[in-house]
Amino acid sequence: MKKQNLTRTMNPYVKFFIDYSVPIIIALLVAFAIPLSGLSGKYFIKELTIRLSRNSFLILALLIPVMAGMGMNFGIVLGAMAGEIGLIFVTDWLIVGLPGMLLAMLISTPIAILLGYFAGIVLNRAKGREMVTGFMLGFFMNGIYQLVVLYGMGNIIPISNSNILLPRGYGIRNAISLIGIRQVMDKFIPLKIGGILIPIGTLLVIATLCVFIVWFKKTKLGQDMRTVGQDNDIARASGINVEKTRILSIVISTVLACYGQIIFLQNIGTMNTYNSHEQVGVFAIAALLVGGASVAKASIFNVFVGVILFHTMFVVSPRAGKELIGQAQLGEYFRVFVSYGVIAFSLALYAWRKRVEKENERRKVMAFKRVLLQNNNTTGGDKL
Amino acid sequence: MESKEKYLLKMDNVSKDFYGNQVLKNVNLTVKIGEVIGLVGENGAGKSTLMNILFGNPAIHETGGFEGKIFFDGKEVNFTSPFDAIDAGIGMVHQEFVLIPGFTATENIFLNREPIKYNFLSEVFGNRLNLLDRKEMKKRAIKAMQMLEVELDSNMLVNEMPVGYRQFTEISREIDRKYTKILVLDEPTAVLTETEADIVKKVIRKLAKKGVSVIFISHRLQEILDCCDRIVVLRDGSIQKELFPSKTNSVEVAEYMVGSELVKNIRKSKEKRKFEETILKVNDLWVDMPGEQVNKISFEVKKGEIFGIGGLTGQGKLGIANGIMGLYPAEGEVKFKGKSISLNNPKDVLERGMAFVSEDRRGLGLLLDQPIFWNIAFTAMQIKDDFTKSLLGGIIKWRDDKAMIKVTREYIDALKIKCVNEKQFARELSGGNQQKLCMAKAFALKPELMFVSEPTRGIDIGAKSLVLDILHYYNSKYGTTIIMTSSELEELRLTCDRIAIVDEGQIAGILPPTAKPAEFGLLMLGKKSEVEEVLTGEGKD
Amino acid sequence: MKEKIKNIIENVGLPRIIIFFFLVSLFVLAPVVGISLTTSINDVIVRFGMNGILVLSLVPMVKSGCGLNFGLQLGIIAGLLGAVISIEMEATGFAGFFMAVGIAIFIAVILGFFYGVLLNKIKGDEMVVATYVGFSSVSLMCIMWLILPFKSPNMIWAYGGSGLRTTINTQGYWFHVLTDFLQIKLGSHIIFPTGTILFFTLLCFLVWAFFRTKIGTSMDAVGSNPDYARSCGVNVDKMRIISVILSTVITAIGILVYEESFGFVQLYMAPLYMAFPAVAALLLGGASVGKVSIKNVIIGAFLFQGILTMTPSVINNIIKSDMSESIRIVVSNGMIVYALTRKSKVRS
Repeated sequence: MKKQNLTRTMNPYVKFFIDYSVPIIIALLVAFAIPLSGLSGKYFIKELTIRLSRNSFLILALLIPVMAGMGMNFGIVLGAMAGEIGLIFVTDWLIVGLPGMLLAMLISTPIAILLGYFAGIVLNRAKGREMVTGFMLGFFMNGIYQLVVLYGMGNIIPISNSNILLPRGYGIRNAISLIGIRQVMDKFIPLKIGGILIPIGTLLVIATLCVFIVWFKKTKLGQDMRTVGQDNDIARASGINVEKTRILSIVISTVLACYGQIIFLQNIGTMNTYNSHEQVGVFAIAALLVGGASVAKASIFNVFVGVILFHTMFVVSPRAGKELIGQAQLGEYFRVFVSYGVIAFSLALYAWRKRVEKENERRKVMAFKRVLLQNNNTTGGDKL
Repeated sequence: MESKEKYLLKMDNVSKDFYGNQVLKNVNLTVKIGEVIGLVGENGAGKSTLMNILFGNPAIHETGGFEGKIFFDGKEVNFTSPFDAIDAGIGMVHQEFVLIPGFTATENIFLNREPIKYNFLSEVFGNRLNLLDRKEMKKRAIKAMQMLEVELDSNMLVNEMPVGYRQFTEISREIDRKYTKILVLDEPTAVLTETEADIVKKVIRKLAKKGVSVIFISHRLQEILDCCDRIVVLRDGSIQKELFPSKTNSVEVAEYMVGSELVKNIRKSKEKRKFEETILKVNDLWVDMPGEQVNKISFEVKKGEIFGIGGLTGQGKLGIANGIMGLYPAEGEVKFKGKSISLNNPKDVLERGMAFVSEDRRGLGLLLDQPIFWNIAFTAMQIKDDFTKSLLGGIIKWRDDKAMIKVTREYIDALKIKCVNEKQFARELSGGNQQKLCMAKAFALKPELMFVSEPTRGIDIGAKSLVLDILHYYNSKYGTTIIMTSSELEELRLTCDRIAIVDEGQIAGILPPTAKPAEFGLLMLGKKSEVEEVLTGEGKD
Repeated sequence: MKEKIKNIIENVGLPRIIIFFFLVSLFVLAPVVGISLTTSINDVIVRFGMNGILVLSLVPMVKSGCGLNFGLQLGIIAGLLGAVISIEMEATGFAGFFMAVGIAIFIAVILGFFYGVLLNKIKGDEMVVATYVGFSSVSLMCIMWLILPFKSPNMIWAYGGSGLRTTINTQGYWFHVLTDFLQIKLGSHIIFPTGTILFFTLLCFLVWAFFRTKIGTSMDAVGSNPDYARSCGVNVDKMRIISVILSTVITAIGILVYEESFGFVQLYMAPLYMAFPAVAALLLGGASVGKVSIKNVIIGAFLFQGILTMTPSVINNIIKSDMSESIRIVVSNGMIVYALTRKSKVRS
């Protein structure tokens, strides 16, 4: 046997380091940058609490497609867009408070289901290229969204509230205020600790989703999705409707992303009609990967570790950049670089490991045959 | 001693043809309740087709169905999908594992038939929202494995299991099914150690005692003799004979499997050619080709010989050529004309003067979307810089299409390749002409030694002899050494000077073409100690 | 007859046919809504020359089986570095342009090599990784543009001079050197950019010629059927790396031609999404993930630039509102999604 090298290493420590290289590197970066930035501990706790409650739902939406073998669902953008359409209508109809938010979720659900179904069909036709296709689909849908929201609304789709329309009479403004539903879920059970608002309502909802996901994995459908995610052919041979199962995973993910985006926006309080959803996919996926997930395996633990690490990095970078070189701009570019870089690195690592693992498997079988041969001398049959 | 026991399975005059090619002819097979049948046959004898028909493989239906009737458990049946067969009580353990490596043994045993705990959500959203009853799954998995008397942790992941235990997991899956009445095992001991194989044999007898019938397909004759009640020998699509282990022996089985008539046209008059030099010396070759693994093979080939390699499918004969030519990972030592070649390096082997006509014509042998002249000339262009014009002092090697076409026309004539012209796409040619194209590609390299694998597979009868004649021609005119790998014993005996039979990845023996067919059969069935190795010039007659 | 039409639709693909007729209708409508057809065609030709080379750069990688080069940005970065360095050195005119090209090629070869090595390790998953490698490299360069020690007053921020400007004017350096070369003026508005078109034709010819050499032929085989190529003694990995280097180099040249025509060097986040229009154009011209020819490049670049030019002017005049951006997004990304969902050609 050739000597062991990094690619075929069986040493558990090295393996661990390679498997979790992304979170480790980011953690080191963050540890370096926090003191540099000069921000206080209290500031971090406050920021992280907000960001945790704001972003977790969206990132949790990514888990189910990973289970079904669809990889990182770049198509959650479609769900985000559905959510925003719901919010536009609710704002138009001037419905405020928690009812307003729930109504937005209600209206956007069928839209999210439809978009998710469409995305599922497209992805089924691009087996093996799900992630690129999902990514391009997001861009494509953005164009359609623009046509609908920028040209259709106020025209073919009746909008009465002139506050949200552009001066020319149709098309939604670039930014609309969501003051009517601002922080309604966050403040649902108001709790303040040391001057920091703890958004119990949102956290409860997130916890519910976590429980749902854990329960879902134990159902037959969850098991079917896992089977499909492991091996399409064997799943099909054992009678599972692979195509339908894959589509279902995308539909569920899209609907969850829809709600996630609504939760996100209710916290922020304003909606950038054309930009809010743009980076949704990238940031959510980068966060998940920073949490130690991979294309084939993602858990709730990865989500929360990821949110904390990623968003700390996010908060810290501009300040650290300013301290380091006197330009906050540097920090901002840096965090964009990290977001894209994390995805590039994780995807490349996963693709490379996949091939290495196949190779290792092959060697294992080959080695086994040799041992078999040496032990048996002749393999059972020659006994006359 | 014909007792009036009920028949569980009765296949009545079953015939099947694939687009005119008759694969099964009037097969009559019966299996009693609790009986263990051994099914033996060469490649292409029809074993897999017969089982595919029984198991409802959609490929059968899509190619015109079958003739004849099948009676199972008293009723006439016609399964159009494996699920119908499974529901009726037919279980099958295939040669390739259908296991999910990342799942536990329990999960694999219950794949898509997991016991379920009902909950109210399924009323609304469909019954896939019921929870899995993992306790029940574990209980039943342990029960199945107890029957096997195997110490298997039901929670172990398949990819962490020793290979033999994966086989047991597969068998457990079939045993757990409550309604399994008959179990088909296709080469179940291929990857097992002796002890593990014994366990399988014990399980088969246990199942038989419990009233489950077993159809046991294997090429390991001793196992068949050990645990079957009756042996059915298939040859050329029909049942040659049914034998009882207590009343027969391996030679008889081998004879029926391979046939005992002498091959027509065998060159009795052909003098045993004498060869001096060794051109290829293979030592301890290991080749990792999925499905055709080679496990420590050594042999020598003399210059100018036509050396045949035969054996049953999956036993490794195809791996030899593929490994030496660098297409699949290989280890060991191969010396060509006295000097070692570097393995896993197709370029080196081609440059030294060896060429290969692969068995995978369409996948590996040709660029289907390129014209004929491209296909013929490409390798020669790569290895020998043929068909290129040097420009700018040799930095640029311009492709010389005209020269490629000229040479192609010569080959089209010489090999009688039927085509519109040399610019026709390879995809459009018939199977036989594609094969000739692959051979032309190899000949264009003017090799000293040529590997040819499955030269007449998928070719109609008329073209078969043409292809073999071409090989003879090149061998006699240019002295090209030919190593021919084939599933068809007859064509090996027609063409070759010596024939090696590969079994379980090793050479079971080397025989002259004039050896009795039964001897070949015995080698294929794993009885190599029976037959003395024959060196050229010292053969038995 | 019906069979024939059905065949054509299947082979060419419904989206392409729809887009083609869409473009034709735009041309037909143009004079109706008061837009000069000749000016429009001239615009299309100019933009065609500007963007064509970027589309051409995709060819080697598709041919060798590396797929659509979503990591185009690496080549663009090489080109940008060439441009900025040549301006820093105050090189003007043709000399300046070719100096930029020279530096860019040098950098492109290095970047292309590493990019190729990476792609070899992830065969089968090239496209998605390439996309994010491209994105991260653009963001990394943003940091670089800020801290690299450039001094030319033309390029750095006017006050507090650290870091390059977002857009840099090439006027006075090598603006329009190619476009003006052998220009043909017809009337007051029509200028045929002979230089650019000649240069584009030259590169197309070079690429075509490359694939008629022994090495180009091997590369072609690698893309068609890597197992076949390997069995014939071709070093598949080496061929792929060469194709990636080639693509990156052509991209670098392409962005420089674009800049000399456009007049500006765009740094920072501008190149982020530049891969997509080029890929969409190639696909529009009839290429697929696994199959491409120079014909696809020319037709595709022309059609795509046609849409980009005609849509704003014509549609705006009809509906009095600017839908062109949204339509462009739908058309170009839709084209890519369509191509990705086609079953790739199975070998047998």
